[in-house]
Amino acid sequence: MATVVVVTSGKGGVGKTTSTAALGAALAKQDQNVVVVDFDVGLRNLDLVMGAERRVVFDLINVVQGDAKLPQALIRDKRIDTLSLLPASQTRDKDALTAEGVTRVIDELRERFDWIICDSPAGIERGATLAMRHADTAVVVTNPEVSSVRDSDRIIGMLDAKTARAEKGERIEKHLLLTRYDGARASRGEMLKTEDVLEILSIPLLGIIPESEEVLRASNLGAPVTIGTPNSPAAKAYFDAARRLRGETLVVKVPAQRRGFVARLFGRRAVA
Amino acid sequence: MALVLAPEPPVEDWLDALDTQIKRSPSFFDGRPVVLDLGALPIEQPNVAGLLHTLHDRGIRIIGTEGAHPSWQGLEPWAPLHANTTRPARPIDVPDEPRQISPNDLTSLVIDQPVRSGQSVVFEKGDVSVIGSVASGAEVIAGGSIHVYGTLRGRAIAGLTGNHHARIFCRRMEAELLAIDGVYQTADDMNAALRGKPAQAWLAGEAMMLATLD
Repeated sequence: MATVVVVTSGKGGVGKTTSTAALGAALAKQDQNVVVVDFDVGLRNLDLVMGAERRVVFDLINVVQGDAKLPQALIRDKRIDTLSLLPASQTRDKDALTAEGVTRVIDELRERFDWIICDSPAGIERGATLAMRHADTAVVVTNPEVSSVRDSDRIIGMLDAKTARAEKGERIEKHLLLTRYDGARASRGEMLKTEDVLEILSIPLLGIIPESEEVLRASNLGAPVTIGTPNSPAAKAYFDAARRLRGETLVVKVPAQRRGFVARLFGRRAVA
Repeated sequence: MALVLAPEPPVEDWLDALDTQIKRSPSFFDGRPVVLDLGALPIEQPNVAGLLHTLHDRGIRIIGTEGAHPSWQGLEPWAPLHANTTRPARPIDVPDEPRQISPNDLTSLVIDQPVRSGQSVVFEKGDVSVIGSVASGAEVIAGGSIHVYGTLRGRAIAGLTGNHHARIFCRRMEAELLAIDGVYQTADDMNAALRGKPAQAWLAGEAMMLATLD
């Protein structure tokens, strides 16, 4: 049984695309057959983060409109066999997506893959609602900041109302992925506490991804952090999140400040 | 404009369907002239007088019939029934079975999930209870009182229909705005000591009062 996952947030810049790529690669490394689908038509980024931008010929819009067949548009990852990408179009806009076309593409993808991970565009308009439309599971990406939390809350309400599952009276699973978590700022009380975010959103926690150089670097190098630096704390957090998505129960680790005794003595200027 | 009603045999089944329709929209036939098309009924003398009576009992104002066979009797009484009224004086129904409570009759609304940002719950007929939190950017609007068994972070607007005695209760007060019968307070005006506490709000004259619940 294939599972359709939508990675969504409402707010932009919280790490949806990065998380889509990292989770997709993590699942694929766990021998799952995975496709990551870019729904951000007009502002496509997933191909860059996946390092496939020079291999795009056909895209989601071509398949939705019947100009290309699905296998022509799918790009298989060169590093992991079981990972594929369905890119978005950069030259079109979200109006080019039709509800029927998206339904057809998702149904076709369900036959080929175990996991279909849809990278939602920011916002609450057409692009975002079509991306969540057929989801069985939602990963709500949130930063520990009030604006992000409120936007996520709005998106959760839409997941419960506008998805195909919700309209059939079925439940859609929702998970919170807390990203760009900064241990130092958290300890100074400059960010919302994890328990406050959980209390406000009241959905289960999939993982906490620490803000890190590795994640930023990985995105720019076109290698998801779970491929590029698989031993970094961020990558480990994504691997754990992927296992939780698959139904395993693991304790969520709160990323601690990684500063040794000397560093603490000399504050932030110490070179690690 | 007149409505046309065309009874079909078996008449009992047709009446049942009519009753369902009337139950769904009780005022559908109010004051509307109705023409009864009897063309579909069997030629053998049907109980037309009985049918007219049954329709009359349902408050349907018949101004004429068509398609009736000349041999049929009992078609006379329709016209005088409501000759000069635009709204039929409906006989008071004595219900012979206990009335079923439909969602339309409820005077309270219970929501057993959080009210999310951007959502708006409007219930003019009475009280709203939320088992969960009301998020920042969400609003609950009630004709009566509002009870939030969670954190109230959004807006709560009680007493919408002029109910001065409506109150707002919540297990944790973080509201953006509270209003009762048109009197409102924003977060800025509220006593900061109440933040995060279980609290209630009510009206004393034209002033909104706020106090903790314990």
